[in-house]
Amino acid sequence: MIQAKNVYKTFYVPHEINALVDVTADIAAGEVVVVIGPSGSGKSTFLRCLNRLEHATSGHIFIDGIDILNQKTDINKVRMEVGMVFQSFNLFPHKTVLENVTLAQKVVRKRSSGDAHEKAMALLEKVGISDKINVYPDQLSGGQQQRVAIARALAMEPKVMLFDEPTSALDPEMIGEVLDVMKTLAREGMTMVVVTHEMGFAREVADRVIFMDAGAIVEEGTPEHFFTDPTHDRTKLFLSQIL
Amino acid sequence: MIGENNQRITDRPPGYNKWVMVFCVGVMVFIGLFYYSSQKIKYNWRWNRTPIYFAYEDDIDVTSTIDGEVSSIRTDGGEVIITVKGIGEEEIYTAPADSQQVSEGDLISPGDTLATYQKWKAGLLVIGLWITLKISVMATILGVIIGIISGLMRISDNPALRWTAMIYVELIRGSPLMVQILIWYFVLGTLINDFFYSYGLGQVPAIWYGIASLACFSGAYVSEIVRAGIQSIHRGQTEAARSLGMNYAQSMRHIILPQALRQILPPLAGQFISLIKDSSLLGIIAIREVTKAAREAVTATLQPFEIYIILGLLYLVLTFSLSMYVQYLEKRMATS
Repeated sequence: MIQAKNVYKTFYVPHEINALVDVTADIAAGEVVVVIGPSGSGKSTFLRCLNRLEHATSGHIFIDGIDILNQKTDINKVRMEVGMVFQSFNLFPHKTVLENVTLAQKVVRKRSSGDAHEKAMALLEKVGISDKINVYPDQLSGGQQQRVAIARALAMEPKVMLFDEPTSALDPEMIGEVLDVMKTLAREGMTMVVVTHEMGFAREVADRVIFMDAGAIVEEGTPEHFFTDPTHDRTKLFLSQIL
Repeated sequence: MIGENNQRITDRPPGYNKWVMVFCVGVMVFIGLFYYSSQKIKYNWRWNRTPIYFAYEDDIDVTSTIDGEVSSIRTDGGEVIITVKGIGEEEIYTAPADSQQVSEGDLISPGDTLATYQKWKAGLLVIGLWITLKISVMATILGVIIGIISGLMRISDNPALRWTAMIYVELIRGSPLMVQILIWYFVLGTLINDFFYSYGLGQVPAIWYGIASLACFSGAYVSEIVRAGIQSIHRGQTEAARSLGMNYAQSMRHIILPQALRQILPPLAGQFISLIKDSSLLGIIAIREVTKAAREAVTATLQPFEIYIILGLLYLVLTFSLSMYVQYLEKRMATS
């Protein structure tokens, strides 16, 4: 589903940083991959390269067989298939919850109002917000906002979901409700790439864990391997610091 | 409600009422001094002669165009129909009932008055005000369009677009509006009108050059307001919109501009209040907006005090209505 080959990303502003160094990863359909690593390790940059919010400096990235770094590729078509959930939710504050979920369906997928409404209601039901469809995002708690953001991304019926630290901006008591929605999605067979610090989630849900440091993939493997018997010293050090 | 009122009174600083009195006395002293000094120079206040600049009753004569005899006078509803019969020709004139000055059988020469009546007409200042309003509305609409386009160009990644917008903004903001109006009319106007003339097309009237100069002028300021408004919207909004597959135009239209509009409405209102006031310069290219009309009225009556004070108040009516309307819009947006 996702193939990243020898991906490099260098930022030149404000000063030169090699954010990604020769990253190669292959993520199969239906797989749940959790990317962990210390801050500044390039895990968010890697995720953002997958839907070209950041344009990789070199290398190849294929989403469902489409080379997204090719200038001829219509990136908007690809983005329809790749949902993204942000750390800071980024709901549209001038739209109601319902409008947040229906807007892109109507504008991008060209669905009728009725179809978009039906789809939105089903998804808001699924994430447990169906009683607040007509309120504005600032009237919701962080956990509720993030669940709406997930529904908004799912409304496009993506083949892949990217989660960029979805629980990092949440109060501790709200993390569970968001993770529950993500677990449900994983069980339903969604292809997911999740950047997170929630080790419990990684252990329980991930098919594979990728550990990144200084822009490169240091180690990857199953959760058991990763948490019980890591190979690299850098991984051991990281795990000793957080667990 | 009562509680609220009490709260208000107790919130007032000590001596509040005293200072309200001081303010009122100050205003009265100012008006008194103003009037006193006008009496000193023997200015003759004649407010009673100003209403004719708003509306007046005009005498209208219906005159015959042919030689002949009044053959019939009929009253039909509220109108009188006068038929004049000449040799081999006949003309029919209508006027309001009972305004006829002739009777049946009278002999008529061309130019003779058949009927006289009064009709209310808009005065000089009202016509001028209408032109000012028309210019301001048109220039505002064009200014917003120019401003949004150049504001978007200004933040574009494309250097051709960005530099064009930067040069436009700098040129316009760096020169006086008066000079720009003169250039629009005497330079660009001459070129455009000569160009049209050489292709046998009609001439563009002065008012359009006036509108264009004001629109271009305010467009440059709107451009900066729009740019600041868009940049004040968090980058995450664009990213969220783009990650859903919206293209640049869709994310601007549905996500960024609606949010930016709330931010930019107050400075935008200030800009258009300036535009209304700036339209007073257009008299120099012979557009009879309200300031030019007032100056003509002063020339005719030698009453600068009354007419210029009225002129100031007329602008105040326009600008105050606009700022009230914008406040209403802001409130409505805040609730949605």
